[in-house]
Amino acid sequence: MKNGGKVWSWFWMILGIVYFFLPLVATFIFSLRAKKGVLSFLAYQQLFNDSGFIKGFSYSILWGVLTIIVGILIFVPTAYWVRLRAPQFRTAVEFITLLPFVIPAIVFVFGLVRTFSHPPFLIVDSPVLLIAGYTVLSMPYMYRSIDTGLRSIDVRTLTEAAQSLGAGWATILFQIILPNIRVAILSGAFLSFAIVMGEYILAQYLAKPAFAPFLAYLIQEKAYEPAAATIISFALTWACMGIINLFGRGQQTQIAGGH
Amino acid sequence: MTTLNSVKRDAPLARPAPHKMSWVWLGVTPFFLFAFIFLLYPSSTIAIRSFQNTTTHVFTFDNFVHLLQNPNLVNAYWISIKISLITSLGGGIFGFLLAYSAIRGGLPPFMRTSLMTFCGVASNFAGIPLAFAFIALLSPSGVLTGWLRSVGYNPYFHGFQLYTFWGLSMVYMYFQFPLMVLVISPAIDGLRREWLEAAENLGASSFQYWRYVAFPILLPSILGTMILLFGNSFGAFATAQALTGGSINLVTIMIGAQLRGDVLGDAGLGYALALGMVVVMAVAITGYTLLQRKSERWLR
Repeated sequence: MKNGGKVWSWFWMILGIVYFFLPLVATFIFSLRAKKGVLSFLAYQQLFNDSGFIKGFSYSILWGVLTIIVGILIFVPTAYWVRLRAPQFRTAVEFITLLPFVIPAIVFVFGLVRTFSHPPFLIVDSPVLLIAGYTVLSMPYMYRSIDTGLRSIDVRTLTEAAQSLGAGWATILFQIILPNIRVAILSGAFLSFAIVMGEYILAQYLAKPAFAPFLAYLIQEKAYEPAAATIISFALTWACMGIINLFGRGQQTQIAGGH
Repeated sequence: MTTLNSVKRDAPLARPAPHKMSWVWLGVTPFFLFAFIFLLYPSSTIAIRSFQNTTTHVFTFDNFVHLLQNPNLVNAYWISIKISLITSLGGGIFGFLLAYSAIRGGLPPFMRTSLMTFCGVASNFAGIPLAFAFIALLSPSGVLTGWLRSVGYNPYFHGFQLYTFWGLSMVYMYFQFPLMVLVISPAIDGLRREWLEAAENLGASSFQYWRYVAFPILLPSILGTMILLFGNSFGAFATAQALTGGSINLVTIMIGAQLRGDVLGDAGLGYALALGMVVVMAVAITGYTLLQRKSERWLR
């Protein structure tokens, strides 16, 4: 590689780094300006004293965890069964798991709200719909990471060994298969968690207290607290991606998700 | 695929086994039930209702005719497509240059690892917080605006607006180029050094190497990934909603408004609008898949 090329390489990298960090640095500086004339963490204090923030944040964490659990309960047995006994369903299952890429989140929520806000399916107020919606939105990532995990272990031999020792299906799934693919599941789980924490559309239109709708409301009302909340949200995204990088080998990223 | 092969390797049966009732499908029933109730049924509701008269439920194409006759809605599609084209092209080019610089630009290896980590974070840092980060940076009271003003340059005196089309494009770029970096990197890795050496041995210039070797090989991947970026920004809603407060006329913003209350005054029109989005996305994802398959030939 000639020297001119190297100069250009550095040029593009520096431009990328500036684009990446400038908005974050600005947000951080902005979040310190709550007290006039001096830099302070006042905005963070006010944020943590805001009951709306505590409520939205803790509810989002709860829903993120529930989404991961529901996702594991539905997708692990499915991916396992498709791999072991029902390969004829593979195409159909994979097609469905990729549908959330084709159906934009706002259209999906539109359909969900319109379907379940009329009798006979009046469950729009129940958290069931919210968790189910989150599970659908995170399905492409969750299913793929589970399937990748199953590919790396010998499902058939493990199953036969367990069966010959008298294990039932539940034991096989949750005490043998699941622990063996837990590292692979982690990347899907933390990406799902990041999606739920940042998800705005579903919680907003189902009128549930969650972190992103609260942040949207805060932007309208206050100046410095949303900056503090943005920094916290960014730290959370960073933490989730860091954990994924630490455990998983592959890069995971959301596509056509909560943007 | 491995299971299929292992099934095929078994010795053929002398006589076809007698047909037995198979219970295999029971194992995938919970998944299909879940998908039907919470994904397929609600989505098909949109498709069906967009072909129905709102009051009489009779089959009709009227909703689509009305959609095409409404300049405001046609314009919403046009603006959505325009912002997606611009940010997928811009994000695609910038992302490619970044990825190529990090992988083949002769930079220290840690730059590549850091770039991948940044991109993983940036492509997931979207929606409301992203919108606010740019408000803090470039709104009239933003930090960068303040810095620029203190050196005597106020961007708002030179036609800059954050809450409009170009401002929003700039914000979208923040999740577009990182996605390009992440998706295109394997293709750049697949460019073998032998090809460059072979081209140089045959006396090719750097331009000729790019024109006749590297570019044709990378083209399907680059185009495919740009289509993916197109879909990524076409479906975006939260970022635009938070940044512009819904004042920009995008299809997603329209659907959001229609969902809050029937702003179009015609429920059928809302369904047609939503179905149109799914059609555009389906075309985009199909294009991506086809191009990706084509590029895989070289990436073994």
